[in-house]
Amino acid sequence: MEHIKTIETRNLCDSAKNGGCGECQTSCQSACKTSCGIANQQCENTKESK
Amino acid sequence: MIHQYKLGGYNIVLDVCSGSVHAVDEVAYDMIAMFEANDRDTVIAAMREKYADRADISDADIEECYEQVLALRESGKLFAPDTFEPMAGTLKAKTAGVVKALCLHVAHTCNLNCAYCFASQGKYHGDRAIMSFEVGKAALDFLVEHSGTRRNLEVDFFGGEPLMNFNVVKELVAYARSIEKEHGKNFRFTLTTNGMLIDDDVIDFANREMSNVVLSLDGRKEIHDRFRVDYAGNGSYDRIVPKFQKLVEARDGKNYYMRGTFTHANPDFLKDIQQMLDLGFDELSMEPVVCAPGDASALTEADKVIVMEQYEKLAELMLERSRAGKPFTFYHYMIDLKGGPCIYKRISGCGSGTEYMAVTPWGDLYPCHQFVGDEKFKLGSVFDGVTNTAMQDEFASCNVYARPECRDCWARLYCSGGCAANAYHATGSVKGIYKDGCDLFRKRMECAIMVQIAKIFEGLA
Repeated sequence: MEHIKTIETRNLCDSAKNGGCGECQTSCQSACKTSCGIANQQCENTKESK
Repeated sequence: MIHQYKLGGYNIVLDVCSGSVHAVDEVAYDMIAMFEANDRDTVIAAMREKYADRADISDADIEECYEQVLALRESGKLFAPDTFEPMAGTLKAKTAGVVKALCLHVAHTCNLNCAYCFASQGKYHGDRAIMSFEVGKAALDFLVEHSGTRRNLEVDFFGGEPLMNFNVVKELVAYARSIEKEHGKNFRFTLTTNGMLIDDDVIDFANREMSNVVLSLDGRKEIHDRFRVDYAGNGSYDRIVPKFQKLVEARDGKNYYMRGTFTHANPDFLKDIQQMLDLGFDELSMEPVVCAPGDASALTEADKVIVMEQYEKLAELMLERSRAGKPFTFYHYMIDLKGGPCIYKRISGCGSGTEYMAVTPWGDLYPCHQFVGDEKFKLGSVFDGVTNTAMQDEFASCNVYARPECRDCWARLYCSGGCAANAYHATGSVKGIYKDGCDLFRKRMECAIMVQIAKIFEGLA
């Protein structure tokens, strides 16, 4: 019996090895600018296997 | 660190540091809550006792569940330790001096007189002004010059009301397009407008050149017109809605956002979301007002209770509409679990004052639009570059681990420490936190993740 269903997510620990290209959108959580926080961004690293 | 919650019929477990998301049954939910602090025999005994009356849950089930939790821990998907602190400043250090986004204040003036405006009706507590082409051109040159190897450059035309200086906006876009190829850059423009001056020329231009347009609409007419009035005190709703509809229809799939603010006047903001949907818009954002606690529009504690319920109902509405084949986007519930930012980005905090700056009509640089008008935050100018390096260093050292309150927060890798301006206005320090904002953010993340789980389970993803 499966008690736990794990949703496919990006492994953050693994992203430490090959992330950090800095090409992603600038985050801004200011309410007056439609808060683009971290959560609603996409990675733009096209070279990395995520 | 883990975070557990129940929502939408799901038992959800987030493993904060690995980024893993688990939907679990009730036995696993209870077991995970006590797993780390107890040995195997204690955990299994507790579960047997708790579920003793349940014929559908056998001792074998409980032991099997224990093994599954254990396997997840072994594979680093549960109870992963936080090993990221040494990396906290590395992304900003690696990209020190690189600027990739500017907010161009092309108009410190506005044709509306909204009482809740953080920018004091576009004037930012100063004089009315518009940006000249020369200043804007210098800003774009500054951006290109300081963008390093970064290819995508973001420029937001902001105000006040940027369309009050539309000719300069057009000239600046033309200039940027004329230089981007030779420098190996790609400009992504955004326009944030109240809609009053939208016409066919603006629509054609925006749909051709703007990666995104942010359209200010507060939802229901009576809510919108309460604050968003002209200088004669007349509401703007009837004038802007047809313009927005025409622009969005012509946008043909390109990004836009209907962006509203909810205040003490409408903590039941789901009605405003519904109004936007009824008007035919489906890329929506509603934001809680940020203002001084004593302000008449500030959300009260009682309002916050309503807002929390509204967020849950919004998640239900999104799922209902998805099932009916009429999905819509709510900006704060957008979350890419598979392709979101890497850990460096997640811990590096807001890019204000480092990779992102605001430019005044005179060419002065500020850490972001929210600090414009507060002279002590002035960083320099597009002509002389950053001269106030001490202030820039303060922003560069801002990250998740610089904020003690974030250390015990499960949402820290979803928000990266939050908005520096909100923190400053709430606490006097850019390394503080804006607690009310944090409470609402955590609720939004819970809802957003639940929506993702439900979509996967129901085949709607």
